[in-house]
Amino acid sequence: MQQMQKKLIIASSPHIRDSVTTRRIMQEVCLALAPAGIAGIVYFGVDALKLILISVCTCVLTEYLYQRLMNQKVTAGDWSAVVTGLLIAYNVPASAPWWIPVVGGVFAILLVKQLFGGIGSNFANPALTARAVLFISWGSIMGSYPVTRYMEDAVSSATPLALLQQDPSQVSVWTLLIGNHGGVLGETCAIALILGGVYLIIRGIADWRIPVSFICTAFVCFLLQGGFDLALKEVLAGGLLLGAFFMATDYVTTPTSVPGRFIMGAGCGLLLFLIRAFANYPEGCSFAILFMNVMTPMIDRFTMPKYFGEVKKHG
Amino acid sequence: MADTSKKLTFWGTFMNGLVTENPTFTLMLGMCPTLGVTTAAMNGVSMGLATTFVLVFSNLFISLLRNIIPDKVRIPSYIVIIASFVTMIDLMMQAYLPDLRAVLGTYIQLIVVNCIIFARAESFAAKNPPALSVADGLGMGLGFTISITLLSMVRELFGSGSVFGYTVMPASYQPMAIMNMVPGGFITLGLMMIVINAIKKMAAGRGRREEGLA
Repeated sequence: MQQMQKKLIIASSPHIRDSVTTRRIMQEVCLALAPAGIAGIVYFGVDALKLILISVCTCVLTEYLYQRLMNQKVTAGDWSAVVTGLLIAYNVPASAPWWIPVVGGVFAILLVKQLFGGIGSNFANPALTARAVLFISWGSIMGSYPVTRYMEDAVSSATPLALLQQDPSQVSVWTLLIGNHGGVLGETCAIALILGGVYLIIRGIADWRIPVSFICTAFVCFLLQGGFDLALKEVLAGGLLLGAFFMATDYVTTPTSVPGRFIMGAGCGLLLFLIRAFANYPEGCSFAILFMNVMTPMIDRFTMPKYFGEVKKHG
Repeated sequence: MADTSKKLTFWGTFMNGLVTENPTFTLMLGMCPTLGVTTAAMNGVSMGLATTFVLVFSNLFISLLRNIIPDKVRIPSYIVIIASFVTMIDLMMQAYLPDLRAVLGTYIQLIVVNCIIFARAESFAAKNPPALSVADGLGMGLGFTISITLLSMVRELFGSGSVFGYTVMPASYQPMAIMNMVPGGFITLGLMMIVINAIKKMAAGRGRREEGLA
């Protein structure tokens, strides 16, 4: 009898397990986010470091306290709250007061993540939802961008995005690449973001389809609107790269099928173009991704793969 | 609906509307004014009282006429009755409370199509005698008033830093503008329903324990 039990193991799927854990993936994402954070600290000084630390601590602590109070298994140590915390901090201007990331962190973890069922059950990206709430609630704080420490023209703090739609020649590609311009904490340095994004794709953590289709769609749209120069600079400026690599690739809130992921990326790119070019907000990256997040169940339904051998139903 | 096998009492019907079948937190009816006008506590109170007035009188008259109104045209008949009282309260507010009327605006006229009033007319007043229908209207109306007043107090506190117009937050408080918009209404409503369901669950648990002990 003992031997029989050893030979016959009955278990439900999944049968093939991998050693990769949530914790491991989230640590890799943190590593990929590090260059952009370091660039932010270099450009905006101690304020940036302070905001990042407050944001991460708030997120982890909120998750821990909620799970303890609700008698749930505490998963606050899986680093996913750290990623959310980093992303919230990166979406806040370095001049913001300390309570901005605190409100954002509590909102993201408590309302968007835990109340909907914790990790894997959130309906939209928690960090982006928090950003949207902060942006709508305190527009003057979230929309005033401090100058970097190395800017020659210390009077102007307009973001490149505001200048680009007026006249693309006001901003140089080099400035955008190294990130020496006004903006939120973690979005300025394009090189650091591309570095982190490429790392995620090479390590197989992020699917290349979403960022590539996102960036290409936005590029083509701006190409049609104002030519190559504008298109290149629009892609490098603002939150597009941060969003495309780190936020639109969230596992939970993106379609699971291959065509679905292309639709997700293209939809983000198109919405971003429409908001930047025609709407009242200068930056539309977060709203574009959030909109596609809530579209995800519908995209999944339309792109559901066929069963092997499935035939079209007749009447 | 209350249990029909038990005899309905005035007090029981009143409490049913106020607590057990609270229109906002249990029946989820009348969401349009609930989300639309609850940005300030004063708006919540006045909207709730205006609705209560219409609810009590429409319930009373529909109940009185319940054996005369032909079944096939009952909905148009209800609308005529409800609209009469909405017009009365609208004109009264324009005459005596013009400032408040300007704030609430079209929401007062929209009481005509408020689904709480329709629901009570159809499911209660059309089947029950006038006194009970008045009790139902009072209970439901005050239940609605209390619910949206609580909701608007929370929204006003965070959205404007005040309660009933009196500033309570310290001067350094920066109002959270999203609370004055519809998303803020949805979020507040959801969080309040969590709290109320938790209280109900706890009360039910205690009730069961007491029964078990006895």
